[in-house]
Amino acid sequence: MSASTLREVEPNVWELPKAGRMRVPGRIYASRDLVDALDEKVREQLGNVAALPGIVGCAWAMPDAHWGYGFPIGGVAAFDPEEGGIVSAGGVGFDISCGVRTYTTGLTQGALRDRLETLADDLYRTVPAGVGSEGALHLSIEELDDVLRGGARWAVERGYGDPEELARVEERGAAAGADPHKVSRRAKERQVRQVGTLGSGNHYLELQAVDRILDAAAARAFQIVEGEILATIHCGSRGLGHQIGTDYMQLLGKSAPAHHIELADRELACAPIRSPEGQDYLGAMRAAVNCALANRQVICHLVRQVFSRHAPEARLRLLYDVSHNTCKEETHTVGTRPRRLFVHRKGATRAFGPGHPDLPPEYTAVGQPVLIGGTMGTSSFVLVGTKESEARAFSSSCHGAGRRMSRTQARKQWHGTSLIRELGERGIVIRAHSASGAAEEAPGSYKDVEEVAKVAEDVGLSKRVARLRPIACVKG
Amino acid sequence: MRFEHFEHGADVGVRGFGATPEEAFEGAASALFSLVAEDLATVRDESSEMLTCSGPDLPELLVAFLNELISLSDVRRLAFGRFEVAIERRGERDLRLAAWAFGERYDPLRHSSRVEPKGATFTALKVSHGPDGWLAQCVVDV
Repeated sequence: MSASTLREVEPNVWELPKAGRMRVPGRIYASRDLVDALDEKVREQLGNVAALPGIVGCAWAMPDAHWGYGFPIGGVAAFDPEEGGIVSAGGVGFDISCGVRTYTTGLTQGALRDRLETLADDLYRTVPAGVGSEGALHLSIEELDDVLRGGARWAVERGYGDPEELARVEERGAAAGADPHKVSRRAKERQVRQVGTLGSGNHYLELQAVDRILDAAAARAFQIVEGEILATIHCGSRGLGHQIGTDYMQLLGKSAPAHHIELADRELACAPIRSPEGQDYLGAMRAAVNCALANRQVICHLVRQVFSRHAPEARLRLLYDVSHNTCKEETHTVGTRPRRLFVHRKGATRAFGPGHPDLPPEYTAVGQPVLIGGTMGTSSFVLVGTKESEARAFSSSCHGAGRRMSRTQARKQWHGTSLIRELGERGIVIRAHSASGAAEEAPGSYKDVEEVAKVAEDVGLSKRVARLRPIACVKG
Repeated sequence: MRFEHFEHGADVGVRGFGATPEEAFEGAASALFSLVAEDLATVRDESSEMLTCSGPDLPELLVAFLNELISLSDVRRLAFGRFEVAIERRGERDLRLAAWAFGERYDPLRHSSRVEPKGATFTALKVSHGPDGWLAQCVVDV
């Protein structure tokens, strides 16, 4: 997309003026280079989102945005039920509540050096990942319903983790309003053996070294120290979430005409929040959020077990768990009035600023940790929510680097085995379940995460706290 | 079986060709499952699953068909290597599809996978007839 076709209303803030059926303008937070790299489709998709009933503020694109289904990835849009606002299955996506969870370990890279390969090997063996993988837990459909209601709390009650951790998971470990009865049997059948599995594609488990502290006060609150090793996982709601996405994309697409909603694109599939279909989707979507939270909680238990075998002196403390494909009901100030809004973040992270009542007490003074995943060969970042972010995009920020090259192109350019060797020579231990899958995830096929994080800070979406460097990565 | 992948942002497009819509659907399914087992010839015909779905037109029927395959393979832990599709027109905007999918339990050692498909989408969705026969395609979220 050529930046010259947009209006730069402030540095790094580009406006797509209201036109046609748009109810609000579109806004893209990006540098000129990032805008130029955007697919033209993002403009069309933002325009379509801006035309949906009950939208409040703007249709936003975060700095890592790219072309998605219905909504762009890196898209944020909020809807007011009082004004006929909608909830959209396309606005959440297939991998509901896909997210990132990071632990501090209390270990330094130096202390771990001789054990790094062994640790990576054991993580690779212990955490089920890749196509067709099964978890150690085989649940009945009834037990799965408990997972869908209880989220990470369910997992902690079963002994997977410490109850103290739950305060540092969004929604304190369990989304309220989850309704397993609104989840199809097929969706549940897909999940009964998948709780505690990582998945494939861009999902990973990574050990990272804190490379540089960029905000000392927030780093202190987050208990991050330069040179320390962190353990991060990126995964979602697995087969259950994918099936709910598929089911409701179909259902909400079909019911739209009855609600007099004209969809410019089938994948905007949505229903009024105050309609039976809208409520059904919210119940199912929240069940998938809980599934993802439980999944990450169980995986982290496995990670802890691996550490206890090879580095028993490690103390894994949960830094935070963020979800980046969600629709959440939140209070935001619009003008001077607080309103209850349904905020869709598709490939975007919630980023509450300091003082927000939903933050755990230890983070209230600084704000919510925002975890930005890079690639297996480039940095990741810990950022923190800011006060300004509320006005910028209802407290939202970016979620990763964002792809710049298709998977097919990446496969032509890189070879899995040699890529893994090259990363090894740079001191990054890679364990991958698929060589070609690894090639598709080559660091060069993503945008520059440094620039994405910098723009997020420059426009006030969130502030950089620490830069992390990968030292070992298990790819699904 | 004639099929290929095409480029799309963060995901992958699947495209099948054939003399009939059925063959093109089989090709699209083969393109989809070559993400799960790169060389479909490595997938043995040990198990078969029958599936049915419906749709108002061929494009929607294709999405329903591919999504049914994704969820079946996930539930039964199967890699599919071969497909037989029959499409019947029951009435105006009422198409029915019945298919057999042949395969075996997914084996990570023999079936070199690329990536796990999450769902078939309406993006770049097309079922069309041209001088070279039928084409059936859409983007798959991975």
